[in-house]
Amino acid sequence: MNWLLGLFEPGHALGLLAYSPPGWGGPLLVGLAHTMEVAVGAYILGTVIGVMGAYGKLYGGPVTKDLMAVYTTCVRAIPELIEILILFYLVPEVVNQVLTGMGYGRIDLPPILVGTVVLGFVLGAYMTEVLRGAILAVPHGQVEAARAYGMSALQVARRVTLPQMLGYALPGMANLWLNLTKDTALLAVIGFNELTETSLQAGGTTKAFMLFFTAAGVLYMVISVASGRLFAMAERWARRGQPGIRGGGI
Amino acid sequence: MKKQILALAAMAAVAVSGVAQAKTIKVGVAAEPYPPFSTLDSSGKWSGWEIDLMHAICKDQHLDCVVKAVAWDGIIPALNAGQIDVIMASMSITKKREKVIDFSNKYYVTPAAVVAPKSATYKATPEGMKGLTIGVEIGTTNQAYAKKFFGKTATLKTYQTQDQVDQDLAAGRIDATIADQFALEGFLATPSGKSCCKLVGVLPYDNETLGTGIGAGFRKSDSKLRAEFNKGIADVRKSGEYDKITKKYFNFNIYGN
Amino acid sequence: MKAFFAPMMKTHRLVLLALAVAFFGWLWWTLDWSWLPDYINNGLILAGLWTTIWMLVVSWAVGLFLAIWLGLAQASGPWYLALPAKGFCSVIRGTPLLLQLWFFYYGLGSVFPEFPWIRQSAAWEILRQSWPYALFALTLSFAGYEGEVMRGAFLGVPKGQLEAARAYGMSRGTILRRIWLPQAIRRVLPTIGGETVMQLKSTPLIATITVLDLYQVSLHIRQDTYIIYPPLLLLALTYMVITGLIVLLFRIVENQVPSKLG
Repeated sequence: MNWLLGLFEPGHALGLLAYSPPGWGGPLLVGLAHTMEVAVGAYILGTVIGVMGAYGKLYGGPVTKDLMAVYTTCVRAIPELIEILILFYLVPEVVNQVLTGMGYGRIDLPPILVGTVVLGFVLGAYMTEVLRGAILAVPHGQVEAARAYGMSALQVARRVTLPQMLGYALPGMANLWLNLTKDTALLAVIGFNELTETSLQAGGTTKAFMLFFTAAGVLYMVISVASGRLFAMAERWARRGQPGIRGGGI
Repeated sequence: MKKQILALAAMAAVAVSGVAQAKTIKVGVAAEPYPPFSTLDSSGKWSGWEIDLMHAICKDQHLDCVVKAVAWDGIIPALNAGQIDVIMASMSITKKREKVIDFSNKYYVTPAAVVAPKSATYKATPEGMKGLTIGVEIGTTNQAYAKKFFGKTATLKTYQTQDQVDQDLAAGRIDATIADQFALEGFLATPSGKSCCKLVGVLPYDNETLGTGIGAGFRKSDSKLRAEFNKGIADVRKSGEYDKITKKYFNFNIYGN
Repeated sequence: MKAFFAPMMKTHRLVLLALAVAFFGWLWWTLDWSWLPDYINNGLILAGLWTTIWMLVVSWAVGLFLAIWLGLAQASGPWYLALPAKGFCSVIRGTPLLLQLWFFYYGLGSVFPEFPWIRQSAAWEILRQSWPYALFALTLSFAGYEGEVMRGAFLGVPKGQLEAARAYGMSRGTILRRIWLPQAIRRVLPTIGGETVMQLKSTPLIATITVLDLYQVSLHIRQDTYIIYPPLLLLALTYMVITGLIVLLFRIVENQVPSKLG
């Protein structure tokens, strides 16, 4: 019954969650910060890959199209955990082999950077599909009209396609963001001290597993609810001026 | 894909080339507490016998060493991929491991032992532990030992970390664990170990599976660092620093003969 | 077959195909695969595959059953059912599965033995093992995600259908069985196909609580042999094949059910 007493004894529970040592509140917040850093970095990288991938899939040459199809199919068919595991060792090795091959010394890739790159690479495959669908949803007549005005391809993308597709893409992008924040937990398996790994370390040291897993769960819920709100606001903004197809809700 | 990796490599190289200039030695420890050899406190600081010894060796050899926690089951790949430079995680020197990494000379040696809940009445022999569920940590010499001598008569359950084995032993989800004797004594000295479990027996030593002692691991290409560590180990042994550190954690000799 | 091969016959595809074959050939020749026969012969790979598959199938079936009730409660239940169902789905979907697994196994699992009556009961023999926690967490996770999907599916069935059924004098149970549920399921079949692949990709996480699934087997091989990439590559390939089979299976089922919706 220790855990139960521990939970309801304010001094004890608060002591374990206190910000400064011997409390574990500080490390938990550091873990949360790591989670957010990796998630934001991977999301930016994944979106960049996604935009390139979507355009490559739609307007690229036959080889680009096929390569993109291989990338999105393979990445989405293999468990993220295994992709992370393979790439986590492969990326630094390849980087260092390239560097030593070019005559430079080995470098140290911080796990946070490798984790971000790996998650961004995986997210890129999903983002490609979401953005491709959104670009296709923009009525073709609009693109043709823009072209008729003499806009260049870049101008068409910047002024017509991208702003319009954002409304269609945002629900999918919101889902990917929520999945990504949870996928950062997979980095725990390779010992990266993000939120989930930190809560396991705290639980292992203090044996108050329930307390720390619950605390971590609450923090994840806060991220989830807050970002859900933000994305809903963004979607409303992106859909401004559009006829309310879905905006009104059921 | 290759092109992308190359591009990322170039990006990453630019991003961290500044860091790479400083010559720090990254010493990899397993990411979970392994008392009394390495434990983590809530300020993120690692301490313990092995950590103290590491600092002593590094100080002796004028090396700038930092501790880096890595998942135990990926610690050898992490070394070979260059994420760490040294493994100091109570790793036994075995023939099999020597195929992929190099070791320093041993810096301590421990037999395997059996720890079980207080209610246990059996002997620490394959016959005595027939039909029981024994927890072992994956990728350890003890797992190999348990497989060789207990695998036929008992059920082996493998865990990612010894900390998890201890946890499940305290929870009564396994009947026993086979692990390094000194680490198990460290566990038995903790409150949860004290209240749940006892040492059933020390197992006869087996060179094939348990190896020839515990050493630090290095990349095969890193013979210079290995030589420095060997010198460092010899120096701290001679200067009495080794015994001073040991006295803080043990009341007996853990170096062996 | 022709339909499959014809698009393959373009020159650039042939070149890409040749490159892919060369790549796999290179993997086969340069990497060390000598461990493979041992682990096939000692049955470890097959045992892992079996665990992965039955975990997937059971958690899928039970999870979907729960999801129907969760969806129904949210779509048309009274507030005291709708609110907990909504809360459950939000928490499951808002936190990582890895955390949920560890919560049940290390958290809940270390609480049970504190109660002597659990420890002395017959159920303890099951509760002390790790697979019940894995199955429990996987099932709840699938139920949470699909509960949300089913909510949308129930709401998507046109009101006229239900009103017509009521006009025929059908009871609530009959309406659910004959009209509402079949139409809702038909609507979400493609979604569920995708979610099943997601569920498959979640199963390796149970290895972190000592269940001997396919992924755990690859960890064993890696630890025994110190060979890093080949076991992981084989593992990735195996999951791709299972994913392909799931996609195929759902395509067949989708073709079986009439696609015309009311």
